[in-house]
Amino acid sequence: MASSRFSRWIARLSGRLPGRRALVCRQAVQLMSEYLDGVLAPADHARLEEHLAACPHCSEHLAQLRATLRTLGRVEPDDLDPAALDDLVALYRQWRAG
Amino acid sequence: MSDDDRQLLDLVTAGDEAAFAALVRRYSPRLLRLAETIVPTRAVAEEVVQDTWLGVVRGVHRFEGRSSFKTWLFRILVNRARSTARKEPRTASLDASRADVLEDRFDAHGAWRQPPVQWSDEVDDRIVAERLAARVKESLGGLPEAQRRVVLLRDVEGLTAAETCELLGINDGHQRVLLHRGRAQVRTVLEAEMGRV
Repeated sequence: MASSRFSRWIARLSGRLPGRRALVCRQAVQLMSEYLDGVLAPADHARLEEHLAACPHCSEHLAQLRATLRTLGRVEPDDLDPAALDDLVALYRQWRAG
Repeated sequence: MSDDDRQLLDLVTAGDEAAFAALVRRYSPRLLRLAETIVPTRAVAEEVVQDTWLGVVRGVHRFEGRSSFKTWLFRILVNRARSTARKEPRTASLDASRADVLEDRFDAHGAWRQPPVQWSDEVDDRIVAERLAARVKESLGGLPEAQRRVVLLRDVEGLTAAETCELLGINDGHQRVLLHRGRAQVRTVLEAEMGRV
């Protein structure tokens, strides 16, 4: 009896519940941004990975978020308006002269 | 900071106009994009950018290279944009975005009611990737400003969470929430663009 209490305690510590509920998909999705940044608390990290291993929908959602980050990294700024560049260089020249 | 920025900065300090123009060409569009999330109009944002460059030429000798040049530049911009925004406040726009763009896709138990349709394996085709990046660029303007600022700094400009928090004067928890929401919104833009809604 004592040993089963001990094993439950160990199980809880290592994040693989009994006693703690598995994530539902909505909760899994809430954790994904922080998961991708590597800033989830260890227990949440373990619960999310456990959920992902069993849930193809959430796995696809995570892959889509990864694709979103890659796409954001490809967004280029506009080219600079040549007139704005001329104005700034003129300003620099003035400042150098003054 | 990139060696190239360092070299250009040294030249700027020595009075090299071409080096100044190269830095302006490289960073002004990024500065403008960030300023537009803080001040009310494009015209005001352009003034703030101009003002930022003035701050750079005046303060370049004080730049010690402890942060990247980009972060230093962004800090000058955000400070100037903030003080301008206090003088010319934005017309309060209603933030119509829902906190969670996915809420209706789950049932009462939190399981997917409308699960994502697969497209993540198709986005790395070069042509698709370019099209998506163009679409995402257009759509960033539609994000609520607080989310847009954080997404821009973290995911477009590649700043760290700590740099972003410091620049914007927000705490890490707030930064995480804004980033989560902003990324979720951008994901729905891609989903629509991939024709999978």
